[in-house]
Amino acid sequence: MMKNCEYQQIDLEALSTPAPTPSPQPVTDNGKEEEKTAKKQRRKWEVFQGKNRFCCDGRIIMARQSGVLPLTLGLILLTSVLFFIFDCPFLVQHLTVCIPVIGGALFVFVVITLVQTSFSDPGILPRATPDEAADVEKQIDDAGNTTYRPPPRTREVLINQQAVKLKYCFTCKMFRPPRTSHCSLCDNCVERFDHHCPWVGNCVGKRNYRFFYTFIVSLSFLTAFIFGCVTTHLALRAQDGKGLVFALQEMLCVALTCLCTAVELVICFFSVWSILGLSGFHTYLVASNLTTNEDIKGSWTGKSGAEAATNPYSHRNIFVNCCSVLCGPMPPSLIDRRGFLSAEEEAAAAAAPQATSREVELPVLASKKDINVGSKCVSEESPARPASRPRAPPTPPTADRRRGGGGERAGHSSAVNSDPARDHRPAGRGALRHTPAAAGDAHTHHNAKAHHKRTHRGARSALDGPGGTRAASPVVGRSSKDRRNAGSPPPLP
Amino acid sequence: MAETHSLQDLGQQAAVAAKVFIQRDYTNGTVCQFQTKFPSELETRIDKTQFEETVRTLNNLYAEAEKLGGQSYLEGCLACLTAYTVFLCMETHYEKVLKKIAKYIQEQNDKIYAPRGLLLTDPIERGLRVIEVTLFEDRSLGR
Repeated sequence: MMKNCEYQQIDLEALSTPAPTPSPQPVTDNGKEEEKTAKKQRRKWEVFQGKNRFCCDGRIIMARQSGVLPLTLGLILLTSVLFFIFDCPFLVQHLTVCIPVIGGALFVFVVITLVQTSFSDPGILPRATPDEAADVEKQIDDAGNTTYRPPPRTREVLINQQAVKLKYCFTCKMFRPPRTSHCSLCDNCVERFDHHCPWVGNCVGKRNYRFFYTFIVSLSFLTAFIFGCVTTHLALRAQDGKGLVFALQEMLCVALTCLCTAVELVICFFSVWSILGLSGFHTYLVASNLTTNEDIKGSWTGKSGAEAATNPYSHRNIFVNCCSVLCGPMPPSLIDRRGFLSAEEEAAAAAAPQATSREVELPVLASKKDINVGSKCVSEESPARPASRPRAPPTPPTADRRRGGGGERAGHSSAVNSDPARDHRPAGRGALRHTPAAAGDAHTHHNAKAHHKRTHRGARSALDGPGGTRAASPVVGRSSKDRRNAGSPPPLP
Repeated sequence: MAETHSLQDLGQQAAVAAKVFIQRDYTNGTVCQFQTKFPSELETRIDKTQFEETVRTLNNLYAEAEKLGGQSYLEGCLACLTAYTVFLCMETHYEKVLKKIAKYIQEQNDKIYAPRGLLLTDPIERGLRVIEVTLFEDRSLGR
């Protein structure tokens, strides 16, 4: 009996002491402890629970699937290299030396911001500790009613006199702060979630939105610049009028130059519209302090039935909005991926190796509530999502989701409707045609061009007022919410 | 027993009785503010005004970190012009204030909370979601 008591005491101390103490451990753990001190202390990224990939000892963070990032980089590099090799010499000769200088500066800007967008923490919220999760559960149960219906997992707060609903995240075990959304591709809650962009292979959120915006704006400038230079090059060559007498070698050289120039022309022509459209759309979002997520859901432009909602986060001044989004203080990374694990965190990580198993281990809860929570987790989170989901064939999209230029999350529509708690629906905008599986630049860019037109329409209608296109998405979401509120478990996707 | 206890001593001798979580206050938007409501579990341990003062100071410090003003705009514009590469070399204003906050919490723990068997955890270690107050067993009650 004494042995039992001793063991319990030691257990508590090992798990809950804030300061690392050399508490005596049972004999069996001695070997493990020696092993731990012998091998390097682990960093937090090694036990990170989201679906992210880390490189350079935690300095670089990416989504598990890099999406079409290699394609993005490849296209930019190809076009720029062709430009510098084939167009610049001619243009420097005929026009000015500034052209490669400007081109070079833009190119460097684009690549740096792309790399920063892809490899930085978008604003991931670390998951709740077990104690926190238990406390939140207790609060929910206290607030809930005593019937068999599960207690409501939403909280309402008043933000600048606007009612905002905070949803409970089953994966991260906490109430999501306002403007936070759970990205199921990365399996993380991301603050000020904008969308998951397959073109950069990462989520776009609070911390990397400014990088993303700078990337698309500078890419618009670069694409337009190269397009202009290429057109000028071809026009000048045509004007040159050297006549039809060429030496064979010169002819081949000119032919090659013209071919590469034509390739650049095609790439730029198709990209410039979609990228420009996307930049324009995001400029509108920045000026009104909105996220793509909120814009798609129509959160602040008046859902039918609710009174006119205004964006409570907007500063009511375009200039201030722009400054706060782009030039505001840089928030720190909350996941501290290069920090070292403390003793109790190591123990917790070792105790729960299957972080995505969705088993809710809550201390001291009535068994009925346990069952409710458990069933909720199973039905709403569907852990075994097929990995091929991003490449799933597009289901008939709502006009909403089609809105938008390149670079949105791929093919997520099929699973979206049945999972209101996850809030990843908005990230599906424009995704369906922009799946990474779409082969060929021309095809992708052609779609991008078509989508760009819808973007403009969408953006214009957003400026005017609630468009018909936007109504579709909330309605879809509401029906699943109604089903959920009615008490019946939502259908498994 | 009345003298300041070091956290180390506390950790070695006391067991955790409970944990109280001070949640975020979103009435002003997404800025980092914590609720100043005094939790009932702490009533027997610490003075209400003392605790509220601590939380209010923390709120002010976070507001200072996230303030939109001349300095932050300057920093932001400079960063934008350099394609945000300055973030690799320079410590941002936010990080500087976070260090200040860590020092403040350490100081509060040493002077006020540890003697009462309490421990404040820096919110940054909890993803700026909560202020975790750990209540240690009150040895004065005898066990």
